Amino acid sequence: MFGAFDYQVVIRNLHILWDGMQITFLLTGVAIVGGILFGTVLALMRLSRFMVLSFVAGRYVDAFRSTPLILVIFWFYFAVPIVVGQPIGDLYSVLIAFTLFEAAYYCEIIRAGIQSIRMPQIHAGLALGLTRWQTTKNIVLPQAFRNMVPVLLTQAIVLFQDTSLVYVVGLKDFLTAADLVAARDNRVVELYLFTAIVYFLLCWLGSLLVKRLQRQYAI
Amino acid sequence: MITVDKVSKWFGDFQVLDKCSTRVAKGEVVVICGPSGSGKSTLIKCINGLEPFQQGAITVNGISVGAEGTNLPKLRASIGMVFQNFELFPHMTVLDNICLAQTKVLNRNRAEAGERAMQLLNRVGLADQAPKHPAQLSGGQQQRVAIARALAMDPIAMLFDEPTSALDPEMINEVLDVMVKLALEGMTMMVVTHEMGFARKVADRVVFMDGGRIEEDAKTDEFFGAPRGERAQMFLSKILTH
Amino acid sequence: MAMKYNWDWSVVLCRAPEGVATGTGGSAAQLPGGTSAFAGGAAQTFDTGAHCAQPYFDWIVSGLGWTVVVSVFAWVIAFSVGSVIGVSRTLDQPWVRRGATTYVELFRNVPLLVQMFLWFFVVPELLPKETGYFLKRQLPLPEYWTAIVCLGFYHASRTAEQVRAGIEAIPRGQTYAALAMGLTPAQVYRYVLLPVSYRIIIPPLTSDFMGIFKNSSVALTIGVLELTAQSRQIAEYTFNIFEVFTVTTVLYILITLIVSTIMRFVEKRLHIPGTIALGGN
Repeated sequence: MFGAFDYQVVIRNLHILWDGMQITFLLTGVAIVGGILFGTVLALMRLSRFMVLSFVAGRYVDAFRSTPLILVIFWFYFAVPIVVGQPIGDLYSVLIAFTLFEAAYYCEIIRAGIQSIRMPQIHAGLALGLTRWQTTKNIVLPQAFRNMVPVLLTQAIVLFQDTSLVYVVGLKDFLTAADLVAARDNRVVELYLFTAIVYFLLCWLGSLLVKRLQRQYAI
Repeated sequence: MITVDKVSKWFGDFQVLDKCSTRVAKGEVVVICGPSGSGKSTLIKCINGLEPFQQGAITVNGISVGAEGTNLPKLRASIGMVFQNFELFPHMTVLDNICLAQTKVLNRNRAEAGERAMQLLNRVGLADQAPKHPAQLSGGQQQRVAIARALAMDPIAMLFDEPTSALDPEMINEVLDVMVKLALEGMTMMVVTHEMGFARKVADRVVFMDGGRIEEDAKTDEFFGAPRGERAQMFLSKILTH
Repeated sequence: MAMKYNWDWSVVLCRAPEGVATGTGGSAAQLPGGTSAFAGGAAQTFDTGAHCAQPYFDWIVSGLGWTVVVSVFAWVIAFSVGSVIGVSRTLDQPWVRRGATTYVELFRNVPLLVQMFLWFFVVPELLPKETGYFLKRQLPLPEYWTAIVCLGFYHASRTAEQVRAGIEAIPRGQTYAALAMGLTPAQVYRYVLLPVSYRIIIPPLTSDFMGIFKNSSVALTIGVLELTAQSRQIAEYTFNIFEVFTVTTVLYILITLIVSTIMRFVEKRLHIPGTIALGGN
């Protein structure tokens, strides 16, 4: 057991693990950017005066937020090839799943951020003769995003952890790479512990950064 | 210039304005006072269409505010408004606060807008604060910037919604001084305030509101000399003894 | 959408032969080609028709059952452990605070799936030999127990943060007033701080409870046959993925609705008159 603890196995396979980590970073990056962009659109739809838009966006968000991410991954893993009519590769189906899934969560964060802007601020913009869209673009969104920076980053950390779930469709992210090495070399304890430590350090440093930003942005 | 004709407004079942009528001529200064919840802030927000109303009509310079098809942004650009809590945009510098609508609405170029902004900041005595963010200014300074921001649009009239009630006592006068100067220069003004000293000094008329209705609408000296209604007398006695 | 796909909603209604014999529902009657096979009574005769090679309906029901069982047990752990950790983070003793903070940081910053693997594969190896052997070989349903413990401790870190936030949201004056009346610190928590803070945090607790149901799907990676696992299995057997996943998704949405309804009821019952509910709407 402990006597046979072989940390060398990690070092020997570092290149495989690094390849996996790059996939993890890629997934996280694409889902953050795509999720925030689409999430902003959804948030503006939800807050729109047009009932149809806010209804559609509302149901979209409810559905994704009620569904486990793993099920969403399965949905797109199995369904996208059928809808498209040809295999598009695991990576793309997973990227789509993550972007659409995260957009629902980002939508709620952004919506809360927008709603945190008090009504008189909007009135002040309108009173100056700005149109609704000019007020949203120049006054509401810049302030809202500023207020949201810590929450958006926290969500990014959650998302970074969530990407490990692509394990269920066998996409070779960091965890899956470690799992493959663990199975091949029969070194489960070493590799899972190493994985946990790496995730912990990255996420913990990220959360320290969030705390610093929170202090900076606090009014 | 501003005509308010039998305006009524409801929030759900609750009536906040009940057939309010008044008018403000060009160059006139009208003070609106009354107990909290009397509808005075709501009324003033109806004038530039920030609050919709269900009955009656408001016209500004001949343009109907409530009518469909009215270009509200254009109308609002011609009326300046100053808010109780200043409502400067916290993410922009003082200078940018004053330039924003000039560039976006009046399509002035950045240099023109900046020049006009500095001119107005000079006028309210805050030229040196231009590069700062609002949170770095005192309440009185913020409100003076807010007045400059409204004036930058070269408005034909100014609306003030309790401009001094969020201020510490020692800062009230610096804001009132700016407003008095503005009034003496002939600006058309509608001011919701409890500052009766200001009303006496520059107001042409005083409007007293209670329970969503305009109870008194009188020349300033008449109002302070002998308010007709009992509620207005009570209100005045309470406000003036403090 | 030009896609080649054979819709067949009946797959999600497939029952075990006994189920049909007792006449529950019209599921058998709705099966286009499967009725005769059902009359035969033996499961082995189904594989030609492909619709009902297995009692998929029963799989879904059993998966749903395990999802609920695992989630509810995990929630009990999360609530109790989380409350202790959350209160510890507000205490004056620096060691207690630091310990509780470490717990929260550890469990929050490692992905749930990695934690699942650690509990299932690594912990038994690191324990004394007999205990490890018991966990791996003698304990019945080890993956289910592991999933409950793992989910419980994982969500405890979130509950702890909410409990702490709830306590910290109460003005210091309340504590001073209670202490001034002669209450001990423990009594201050018991009678003043906790009753108020639990009420304040009902909305975040609710969404976390829903989170447990969703996260219980992660347990499929160590072999727990909960709802998502069962639906994937059916999808792989039948290729009727749209039907199966739609049913499963709807079930998860129903769970969410039921949980939020229950919690709203709880919130209303516990509401303190004259106070504003946080996070309303």
